[in-house]
Amino acid sequence: MCSRFLAGSTMMAMLLLSACQREQRQSSGQPLAETAPASVQLPSVLIAGSRPAPTDPRGRLYEGNAYFLNEGQRLFEQFNCTGCHAHGGGDIGPPLMDDEWRYGGQMDQIVASIAYGRPNGMPSFADKLTEQQMWQIAAYVRSMSGNVPKDVASSRADELASTPSLTRTPRQPIRGEAGGGLQGVAP
Amino acid sequence: MRRPPLLVAALLLGGCSGEQSALDPAGVHSGAVLHLFGLFFWICLLAFALVIAFLAVAMLQARRVDAAQSERTEHDAIASRLLRGWIVFIIVGLLILTLGSYFTDRNLALAAPDTGQSNRVPIRIKLTGQQWWWQVEYEDPNASQQIRTANELHLPVGVPVHIRLESIDVIHSFWVPNLAGKQDMIPGRHNDIELLPTRAGHYRSQCAEFCGLQHAHMALDVVIEPMADWLKWRAQSIQPAKAPAGAEEKAGYAYFMEHQCSACHSITGTPAFGTVGPDLTHFASRPSIGAGTMPNTRGHLEAWIANPQGVKEGNHMPYLAVPPDKLHALGAYLRSLS
Repeated sequence: MCSRFLAGSTMMAMLLLSACQREQRQSSGQPLAETAPASVQLPSVLIAGSRPAPTDPRGRLYEGNAYFLNEGQRLFEQFNCTGCHAHGGGDIGPPLMDDEWRYGGQMDQIVASIAYGRPNGMPSFADKLTEQQMWQIAAYVRSMSGNVPKDVASSRADELASTPSLTRTPRQPIRGEAGGGLQGVAP
Repeated sequence: MRRPPLLVAALLLGGCSGEQSALDPAGVHSGAVLHLFGLFFWICLLAFALVIAFLAVAMLQARRVDAAQSERTEHDAIASRLLRGWIVFIIVGLLILTLGSYFTDRNLALAAPDTGQSNRVPIRIKLTGQQWWWQVEYEDPNASQQIRTANELHLPVGVPVHIRLESIDVIHSFWVPNLAGKQDMIPGRHNDIELLPTRAGHYRSQCAEFCGLQHAHMALDVVIEPMADWLKWRAQSIQPAKAPAGAEEKAGYAYFMEHQCSACHSITGTPAFGTVGPDLTHFASRPSIGAGTMPNTRGHLEAWIANPQGVKEGNHMPYLAVPPDKLHALGAYLRSLS
């Protein structure tokens, strides 16, 4: 009886403690695990026959943190990403909420798209944003298509949304995803 | 050990006047409220003194339980007369307080510049609260006469001011104790407040609604000056920014325009037109950095740019890793923007 109670309360305490990490902030200093400036890999699109580049471990740290997602969402508005991509639905720029990626949907690939721009209109933000801000925006972009941990994603959208928030719905598999996904392949 | 009470008393008295005090009015609204405060204070003080006096008398009387019967009835007669007086005092006192509140409220409503009682056209300002600074925009139908600045509010004496309060993120609250009461800034809607400054001076406004990590470092410098000085400030503020002069200033200008600075900050007359951070067109003429966080000196400025998160952690200016020589150049350029 007593040991059960102890075990139960210990588990509860551990659960509570794990919640502390959800929005741990890093507001100063170098970007997370930063080693050198502009260490973003340039073309990280898979080209037929080549081996995929190893994914940057920083991506996981950024997309697993509610604070960074939140900052990314703020910057997405402030730097007028909505001007072309609308609120993820796409306008003169491609939609970002459909989990289909022209230049790769991994964190470092999205950061590369933001930093260096892409053909047909995506401008380079390398001298407009800091690297940490690009990682934050990339994490938010991934959250639009349900690619971030559910406990991290915002439970509330600032704009009108056609679907319930990520934390309320089970993620629907999107076509082409059955075998682990074809992310990174340009259609 | 005798000093603490003295210190506390000195501090309490020191709080009565100063650049952030409702007891030192510099505007019509705060003056009216101070009168009402005085009325409440003196009536409540009288009531308090009477209660304490009755209590003291009762305690002294209680010791004389062996008093004669005749003496007791005499005392009862006095007590009942006093009680009747007490009831009259409460009724009259409450009536005075209610009427005082009512007429002060009516007066404040009439003092509003929009009702046309004042013969001057009000100055219209849009004040936007954001985490954790204030964007100040002087509105004018003529776009070339508009002024955009941050964290400073210049007002002339004797001219009504109409401020439209907005917020872009969370609820903030605008409060210049020396001028008027508080008014909230609520995202998604606007509130209005009217001010009518009567005395020149330098005052301080502080966000009065908890708005996040750096709520305490969200202050606004309010400068009230004679009309001539205000017109001079206005003429100066409408001008585009000064061109960089020396080699160091030019290097700072180049770095500002080519790097992240210009993506968030605007400087009129240059290619920098970011709207995310405070406008820097006449940065050097402002009294403080970081919404009242530090005095505006070159040393503080360069410390801020070197590590924006060092003094005001959590603010939205990111760490930029500016090389040391460029840091000094930026400092020289920004300090030249008077």
